[in-house]
Amino acid sequence: MADSSAPVPQTLGESLRKNGVSRRGFLKFCAATASMMALPPSMAPAIAAALEKARRPSVIWLSFQECTGCTESLTRSFSPTVENLILDVISLDYHHTLQAAAGDAAEHAREQAMHDNEGEYLVVVDGSLPGPNANPGYSTIAGFSNLQMLEETIAGAAAIVAVGTCAAFGGLPKADPNPSGAVAVTDIVKDKPVINVSGCPPVPMVITGVLAQYLTFGSLPELDEYNRPLAFFGQSIHDRCYRRPFYDKGLFAETFDDEGAKKGWCLYRLGCKGPMAYNACATMKWNGGTSWPIEAGHPCLGCSEPDFWDAGGFYKALSVPTGDPGDVLLAAGVAGAAIGVGAGILGRRNSAAAKASHEKVTADELEQKL
Amino acid sequence: MTSMDFLLLTKGPLFQIAIAIFALGMLVRLVEIFALGRPHNYAAARGGQLIPGLKTVYKRFNPDPGTFKRAPFDVIVGIIWHIGFVVALLLFIPHIELIKSMFGVTWPGLPNPVVDAVTAITLFALLATLIHRLTHPVKKFLSTPEDYLIWTVTFLPVLTGYLAYHRLINPYPLALGLHILAAEIFLIVLPFTKLTHIFTAFVARWYNGAIFGRKGVQS
Ligand code: SF4
Repeated sequence: MADSSAPVPQTLGESLRKNGVSRRGFLKFCAATASMMALPPSMAPAIAAALEKARRPSVIWLSFQECTGCTESLTRSFSPTVENLILDVISLDYHHTLQAAAGDAAEHAREQAMHDNEGEYLVVVDGSLPGPNANPGYSTIAGFSNLQMLEETIAGAAAIVAVGTCAAFGGLPKADPNPSGAVAVTDIVKDKPVINVSGCPPVPMVITGVLAQYLTFGSLPELDEYNRPLAFFGQSIHDRCYRRPFYDKGLFAETFDDEGAKKGWCLYRLGCKGPMAYNACATMKWNGGTSWPIEAGHPCLGCSEPDFWDAGGFYKALSVPTGDPGDVLLAAGVAGAAIGVGAGILGRRNSAAAKASHEKVTADELEQKL
Repeated sequence: MTSMDFLLLTKGPLFQIAIAIFALGMLVRLVEIFALGRPHNYAAARGGQLIPGLKTVYKRFNPDPGTFKRAPFDVIVGIIWHIGFVVALLLFIPHIELIKSMFGVTWPGLPNPVVDAVTAITLFALLATLIHRLTHPVKKFLSTPEDYLIWTVTFLPVLTGYLAYHRLINPYPLALGLHILAAEIFLIVLPFTKLTHIFTAFVARWYNGAIFGRKGVQS
């Protein structure tokens, strides 16, 4: 996607200068990246130096069963920001939605990138894919099933970044009853490093931040139990939420327009899943740091967590069980009452029978026996 | 299994199983008691049964002075942790939300820090009861494995709840899942052990008061 008339900048530094980004602006970005990665600010110059020299890695972006929200999120990082440039300076060689080429030419670009950068390119996946046992027809590109394309593309990849909850965990397509047999990237890819950048969609800065981290250190970041970079997913929403003091004091909004809602109290009772969600929304926010769901008055859906679609109603408190225990309770209650009545009647019978069969003995009889 | 799988298991199918066993078991026990009934009393009634029965349900909350003198520890610590347990169970906002979702009834809760303090006191009191049981020769002699079982299943929901609230187990879905699991074990064990006293204590007290009421004497 680079301008074909000018020589393609080989390093990030060159590209930044070409795009007119000031040194100061670049260092600011590096400082932000350092703090995002929970590194001391003194690391910023080192990050800057590494990024300056970083070669543009080839990136192949595969979009499977997805809604394009992840790409939308990425492109909504306000341009022209350094985040965009990070994408300019990686060589995004294949991306359905963003690339100009179509059809054979597009597929050719993918093959070419794979061939030219054998063993070094990054594969970014958004969207889940029909698993090995599912009907591959649910999602195909250029006549290939998603599974075929993924397996073929990752063969020569250095690492895979699964962007969005669908790619990371199966997301919406995998929600019960999962009609297309959707699976996550990690269900298929076993022998290559996979970084999950979950979120529905992920925060744009987190996507670019993960790429920046990869470029800076040339290695994979530290990951949590779900292969998510700890730098962005290490803390829960609840632990960084500015409404937390209200939670701790026990002040809750109970409807969307009551006094508590107006005063900005905690949204737990309105279904906030912040306590179980690990993501960077509370610190990095959305739309260039403007706001984020909880700040806008809406409970967190926990969209960065696996199976969040099936984890109970969005507007039901986290403590509320999934499913409907009401029917179970009723059935068990009726059965219990019936058995209880039965046991009671049996008990009465036993005691009546015991009484009836009770043989009386007189003192004389006893004496005779002795 | 990831921590999220675990949480969804405890919040979904395991909860349904636990609540079903609890409701079934508890109703069998209670209905059986009622269905058994009491022997017919042919003497003329000298007073009502209902009010004296209810009065006794209430009056038995006051420890009788003799018991207090003989076992002050049991009375004081027993009262403390029972109240603490009930407060944490019924007045913590997330629990109220759960009850509301199941039965549609709701009531005001206490601020989290208050419930937190009560929970901490309850934990200490429960630990004290265990130590007392293990060190007091008579209590130790009288204790059966069931006693230790019900101490454990009572202690665990309080402990895991405290740990989950303070987010001392990571990741949080694991912490919450452990707490819900502990509560489910409590529910399952309840109908088949001495824990049934949660319900039968009131039935017994009422019968007691009602019998005396019928005889026209105070209980
Ligand atoms: S709004 Fe949600 S994340 Fe924020 S304190 Fe309340 S429960 Fe926690």
